[in-house]
Amino acid sequence: MAIKQLTAFLANKQGTLASVTKILSDAGVNLRALSIAETEEFGILRMIVNDETTAEKALAGAGSLIKVTEVVGVKIGDEPGKLTAALEVLDRAGINLEYLYAFMARTEKHAYVVLRVADNAAAEKALTDAGFYLIRQADIEKL
Amino acid sequence: MSNYYQKEIETMPVEQMKRLQSEKLVKQVRHVYENVPYYKNLMDEKGVKPEDIHGIEDLHKLPFLTKADLRDAYPYGLLAKPLEDCVRIQSTSGTTGRRVVAFYTQNDVDLWEDCCARAIVAAGGSNKDVCQVAYGYGLFTGGPGLNGGSHKVGCLTLPMSSGNTDRQIQFMTDLSATILCCTPSYAAYIGETLKEKGYGPDDIPLKAGIFGAEPWTEEMRRNIEETLGIKAYDIYGLTETSGPGVSFECEEQTGMHINEDHFLAEIIDPDTGEVLPEGEKGELVFTALDKEAFPLLRYRTRDICVLSRKPCSCGRTLIKMAKPMGRTDDMLIIRGVNVFPSQIETVLLNEGYQPNYQIVVDRANNTDTFEVHVEMSPEQFTDMVSEVQKLEKQLAGALKTMLGINPAVHLVPPKTITRSEGKAVRVVDKRKLI
Repeated sequence: MAIKQLTAFLANKQGTLASVTKILSDAGVNLRALSIAETEEFGILRMIVNDETTAEKALAGAGSLIKVTEVVGVKIGDEPGKLTAALEVLDRAGINLEYLYAFMARTEKHAYVVLRVADNAAAEKALTDAGFYLIRQADIEKL
Repeated sequence: MSNYYQKEIETMPVEQMKRLQSEKLVKQVRHVYENVPYYKNLMDEKGVKPEDIHGIEDLHKLPFLTKADLRDAYPYGLLAKPLEDCVRIQSTSGTTGRRVVAFYTQNDVDLWEDCCARAIVAAGGSNKDVCQVAYGYGLFTGGPGLNGGSHKVGCLTLPMSSGNTDRQIQFMTDLSATILCCTPSYAAYIGETLKEKGYGPDDIPLKAGIFGAEPWTEEMRRNIEETLGIKAYDIYGLTETSGPGVSFECEEQTGMHINEDHFLAEIIDPDTGEVLPEGEKGELVFTALDKEAFPLLRYRTRDICVLSRKPCSCGRTLIKMAKPMGRTDDMLIIRGVNVFPSQIETVLLNEGYQPNYQIVVDRANNTDTFEVHVEMSPEQFTDMVSEVQKLEKQLAGALKTMLGINPAVHLVPPKTITRSEGKAVRVVDKRKLI
């Protein structure tokens, strides 16, 4: 059920991000969502892409440190309170959230939230039981 | 008053020792000249014949051997005995280029083990002791050397080899080990693990440790002594000359007595090759006086060191060498502390990193700043900032234990450490520009 997130370890230096996105665009990869966690010295770039196999190959081939992590993607309505509702589900299930980021759907009126938790299966079960729709890898490719 | 393993040698009057060394040197030079064409050529080029060497006063006439010679002559070029007479090889890790392979006759092994036995007795060892040897066994000289020495002293020997710390602790406590032989960083690690398991210094029967094979600081010695409740003795050696036991500490802990009946030491100016008077700092050079199979004459160790003949309270007359203060190639002094890239490499390997690193030293507010940049490996990388920071903190802690000073560790993406002509630049010392 989980979706695949690509993570790259980058030096916190001018131009590094552009060099990564250039590798992806040259490989014909389309970004769906991205988020950066940065410190003074390094950045961790997390991406959801339309074709993670091609993206991973292209980045690893260029010498980048790449890791594929399984994360939970949940679809929520694009209106106030919907994210809170999803987070409360996790909270009630005792699931600790490491980080999240969100992106909007292009056509439909809802958003997608990418959740990083220690226990994907537990988070998926809690959200499904609460009636949320979890996105799959196949959904990402079609977005 | 100390116990000795070979009292007559260890307490021999200096003049008598010099006569003994002279006799041995004359014989050894002839042996090498006749059996090692590689060294004969070096002597011929320099215009020195064996008959020009009448005693140790003529030592300076002989050509030096360096690591480069060992590389050129690999594997048999410096062998002085037929292979039929050799019973063993030992070898270096080969981290600085091609590995060194040293050959031993049975007599070479015996004399080497005697040297290690002297070190064990100087650390208070006797046949009543249980000696746990946690140096690596195999090609590395640490395990075989101390194992042999321990047998000669008559200790009950626990041939543990390195690693498997839980098992080390189990044998140490179950069989009441009294002497521990290993690298200082492993001793520190065993100490920490014991502490974590709730053992205090009084709960373990250890009384002494013989630690060497890598540089360590006085602070590290104190830490190890406190955690294990022991006295920690330094031991020095190199595969090129035999292995551990070239020199060893006594209870005074003010330098290591060189087994100078077997290893004749000199200090030279590393730039000119000129022999320096006793007490001056320079490069340590050894001439093996008794070795049969692999007798290196005037071998340049690249260790920077001082020799001293000041009388020692232990009663040994053997000349003492200070703990090496650095290397002729790559020593750094940071906040007054000697730092060798090789120490950092040792820690990185112990902690599961590749030795892809760069040391950056600078000065801010009159204090040295000390950063170690290390390339992260794919196995260590996760998508979480906190995990990366945790790795950095762990590595900084391990480096602090080894070096005695605290570096700022920065993990960097692979292949981002500056390389010049394919070789990584290990040290960037910005202080020189000020």
